[in-house]
Amino acid sequence: MSETILEVKNLTKYFPGIKALDGVHLTIRTGEVHALIGENGAGKSTLVKIMTGVYFPTAGEVLYEGNLLEFKNALDAQNAGIAAIHQEASMFSELSVTENIFMGHHITKGRTRRIDWKAMQKETQALLDELELDIDCNTLVKNLGVAQRHMVEIAKALSLNAQIVIMDEPTSALSMREVEDLYKIVRRLKDAGKAIIFISHKFDEIFEICDYFTVLRDGKYIGEGKVADTNVDEIVTMMVGRSLDQMYPKTDVAIGKTMLSVKNLAQPGYFSNVSFDLHEGEILGFFGLIGAGRSEVMRTIFGIDKRSAGTVSLDGKEVHIADPNDAMNYGIAFVPEDRQSQGVILQMSIAKNITLPQINKLSKYGIINKKREFEVTKTFGEKMEIRAAGWHVDADTLSGGNQQKVVLAKWLATQPRILILDEPTKGIDVATKAAVHEFISEMASQGLAVILISSELPEVLGMADRVIVMHEGKMTGEFSREEANSDNVIKAATGHIEEGVSL
Amino acid sequence: MSIPTSIKTITQRRETSLILLIGVLLFGVTMRAPNFVSVTNIERIVNDTSILIMVSIGQFFVILTGGIDLSVASMIGLSGMSAAMINQYNPGMPAGFVLIIGMLIGMVLGMINGAAVAYGKVPPIITTLGTMSIYRGMTFVISRGQWVTAHEMTESYMNLPHGNFLGISNLIWWGIVVSVIMFYFSKYTKRGREIYAIGGNKVAAKFVGVEEKKIHMTIFTLSGILSGIAGVMWTSRFAAAVNETAAGFELQTVAACVIGGVSIAGGSGAVVGVVLGALFLGIINNALPVINLSPFYQMFIQGAIVLVAMLINTLSEKRREQELLKGRQQ
Amino acid sequence: MAEKKRELVSGSRLVDENSLKERLIVIFTKWEVILAVLIVFEFILFSNLSPYFLDYFNLMNSTFTFMEKAIMALPMIFIIMSGDIDISIASIIALCSFSMGFASSHEIGAAGIVIIGLLAGLSAGMVNGFLVTSFKMPAIAVTLATQSIFRGISQAILEDQAYTKYPEKFAYFGQGYLGETLIPFELVLFLVLAAIMGFVLHKTQYGRKLYAIGNSKEAARFSGVKVDRARFINFTLMGLFCGISAVLLTSRIGSTRPNIALGWDMEVITLVVLGGVSITGGKGNLFGVLMAIFLLGYLKFGMGLINLSAKVMIITTGLLLIIAVLLPGFLDTVKARRKLRRQQKESGMVEV
Repeated sequence: MSETILEVKNLTKYFPGIKALDGVHLTIRTGEVHALIGENGAGKSTLVKIMTGVYFPTAGEVLYEGNLLEFKNALDAQNAGIAAIHQEASMFSELSVTENIFMGHHITKGRTRRIDWKAMQKETQALLDELELDIDCNTLVKNLGVAQRHMVEIAKALSLNAQIVIMDEPTSALSMREVEDLYKIVRRLKDAGKAIIFISHKFDEIFEICDYFTVLRDGKYIGEGKVADTNVDEIVTMMVGRSLDQMYPKTDVAIGKTMLSVKNLAQPGYFSNVSFDLHEGEILGFFGLIGAGRSEVMRTIFGIDKRSAGTVSLDGKEVHIADPNDAMNYGIAFVPEDRQSQGVILQMSIAKNITLPQINKLSKYGIINKKREFEVTKTFGEKMEIRAAGWHVDADTLSGGNQQKVVLAKWLATQPRILILDEPTKGIDVATKAAVHEFISEMASQGLAVILISSELPEVLGMADRVIVMHEGKMTGEFSREEANSDNVIKAATGHIEEGVSL
Repeated sequence: MSIPTSIKTITQRRETSLILLIGVLLFGVTMRAPNFVSVTNIERIVNDTSILIMVSIGQFFVILTGGIDLSVASMIGLSGMSAAMINQYNPGMPAGFVLIIGMLIGMVLGMINGAAVAYGKVPPIITTLGTMSIYRGMTFVISRGQWVTAHEMTESYMNLPHGNFLGISNLIWWGIVVSVIMFYFSKYTKRGREIYAIGGNKVAAKFVGVEEKKIHMTIFTLSGILSGIAGVMWTSRFAAAVNETAAGFELQTVAACVIGGVSIAGGSGAVVGVVLGALFLGIINNALPVINLSPFYQMFIQGAIVLVAMLINTLSEKRREQELLKGRQQ
Repeated sequence: MAEKKRELVSGSRLVDENSLKERLIVIFTKWEVILAVLIVFEFILFSNLSPYFLDYFNLMNSTFTFMEKAIMALPMIFIIMSGDIDISIASIIALCSFSMGFASSHEIGAAGIVIIGLLAGLSAGMVNGFLVTSFKMPAIAVTLATQSIFRGISQAILEDQAYTKYPEKFAYFGQGYLGETLIPFELVLFLVLAAIMGFVLHKTQYGRKLYAIGNSKEAARFSGVKVDRARFINFTLMGLFCGISAVLLTSRIGSTRPNIALGWDMEVITLVVLGGVSITGGKGNLFGVLMAIFLLGYLKFGMGLINLSAKVMIITTGLLLIIAVLLPGFLDTVKARRKLRRQQKESGMVEV
């Protein structure tokens, strides 16, 4: 029935400064859905990129249908029948749906190899109809919503007639109904004898749709097995590699008075009616799927985006935050999600990164006081235990974990009262991850109020005093530490509103 | 929240609005000067604009990828001067052959640009800023600062653009043929579509196997070829090859693209729009004397039009985004 | 390779004791140092080729030909540093010069002329800054349009005429010397402005923010930097300096024609990029640009002395520009490769 179609043996991949994969194994069989599990930064994306010809392995081999895989580029992989639906938007927004599906393998006719638009449109429309999508094939992708774009990506993989379909968090932006549709498609593919590699953070999904699983951690192969023979705890332990207490060193802190109070905050198209209070010493977790609007809420509070309605109060007084500068002056710090493009400035030194938010305060008559700049850098750099050859080295020479420490040091240096962390452990190694968690705990015990946005359920459950769940721009659940469990939180995140929750 | 299919893509609307605008413009000018919209005058305008159309299309492909080619005017100058001098020293050589040589020279110059961008990883603006000087300097070097004047050119050379076929001048035919071929290239060939892919999303393009280096070579070579043809046409049409031929022309080609709805950030635009944009500029230039505005206003008016076109593009894009968000909210 | 003592520490000490050879390599692969060496080489070459080159009076006087562009290069560093570009600057000069000519023809005195010239530049720069920041349009597209508009205004009104009557006092700015010395006023003004701008760029928080913006507008904004305000200030400064430059140029040549300073945008941008400022922003320093200014300025002077055509100069400049960008990229690739290989070696990997 099922036979091995792809075999990864002892695969290793180096990047300058980073060991992304280290001796990884993976066996994929036809007619099976194989879950590839691991935390952020475990090496899943790198593995996918090697299988799809984007990266070349440093060592080890990939056997595809028994032959050594030698893709020169992504096109080779596609032609060979390996298609990936990528996590990041890999679409051409100025082009039509048809063209997005056929870019790279346009249908041509005649000796002139003229592009056959009619045939492509016909085929595209058929694909879209098959997926029961209400999209016209001539629509420009920039006019589609997030979920629709994702479905177009899936249609694209189908159009390639792929033998192996790699889905990288395919449901992260989908609603419940759309997820059901996706499951249908996945089962249909499976019945047709295709192999599916399913990357997901969500355990309910893994247990619902997957047959096999392989766990990666820190670029290393940890184990594999039948989904039917395991349970959530076992997988979590494999993912995290140590007991939850070690990973999430949450200290008990007395929750103090209300510091931040948000009422009916809204931004059209992103979120509406968001209200919550944040207290001294509290860690408030924000859980939800990608695109649920959590980051947008925080960006608005921090003054990066403009709000259209609602109020923000600090210590009971309403405040107007027009830009990040105002937010900083009110003692708010924001560690953004996208470290590389929003958090650090890669081509600037550690010192310059750390002092950037308060460079005005470190200057007199506009002239930078180098001595004070050095002192601030040293104090907070050492506090965060940044490992580097010196404060003057550029941030791009640091590992992901150390870069994140630079971002944390930079915001800690502003001596905030409220700390907003958006996916603070995304893409960093396990050791640094534990250090970040420890840092969060310490901040809370010093009386700071912390907001922790995370897409990793164990992290939210392990760290937060209270969890707020968002779905499609609305709050769909609020749980105390005691109440919260993976069941009710995930339910809320996929759009089920819990009874008894006052919104 | 499906988008009504009756409303066609933005690009198409942009082109229809440009045609409408040109219609209004022609109508307005005719009110002041009834002779303006005559067959001979329209032919004159298209004739004057053909070179701009050809070079703007080359510029368009470069801008489509998010780059810019500042060296087009210098390529016109150098290939034009070379062709004129070949004609001067080899009067026996058929003019058509000289045209091909001029085109090949443009091609080589374009390939040099492309190689620096694709393999040297020098940003397009810097590469072409450099070759703009280099090619212009080389023009002076090969000509030793001298001009090639009308009486040093052969009759057949000077006739290249002026001769006619079916009552339409060769230059117009060149404009038409180039536009049609380039339209076909951009719409019906894989390579043409891949240029859009690179301009729209480099990472995604790589995922589907589009090779950025090849695309860079293609667009700069194309721009060079078209500038080469334009160079020969320019010197033969004006029956003179001077060292400053076409100086400043690069900005007009960019202007034609911007008016034609091409996004300067890359990824969107179409050949038809560029042709219309160039024609629009041509009509304005020809209309000024007719409506008794001194030609000295030309530069100011051109700049103002480019600015207005850009503002319209930006604001309509903003509105589209807002509408999309509203759609999401429902 | 020299033995290296490398230790990762959490602290300020840099424990990276390189050999003298390696330290020299680091110094001499710095672009501004390469430029400085080229200047020395240039001086040696030309003083051997022409007896008139190494002459105090000549060296001073030849600066008249490039100081106006040099002044415009200073704010252009700010603009390119923060990832923008301004190709309307030559047209701003035309607009300023036209305004001054207009003022002069209405019997306004030298001081009034200067003020009007500066104000014209300032407002033109503000227009650019406003269009770029308020409508989120790319700077190259906006300044392409204003390039035609600014020069178009002076052309529309001046047509093929010229303003040639300027007050006698006005001539000092572009032709005068400092007191009794042989040092041109233009040179002194440039050096003062360069010192100020260098100080702002390298010592103040404003300069630091420009580097941040140039490297990542997004990250700068997330760190509380008012990105659009800084960009607006840059364009305004650019306009003001164009005004200064227009005063000097108009005063030096004593006339205003619509085609004044034509093509200077590209020359000024060339100076800045050749000086090592990255066209994508975030990298470079004022010293490098200073070196590029004098390297090219004296190259032109020297080539003129030995009767080399100005066109060889144009070619040389273009080549230098491309090499200046090609070389660091090439060196970076080599460095990255070496680093990867060393890493593999350290971890016992065999290259595959």
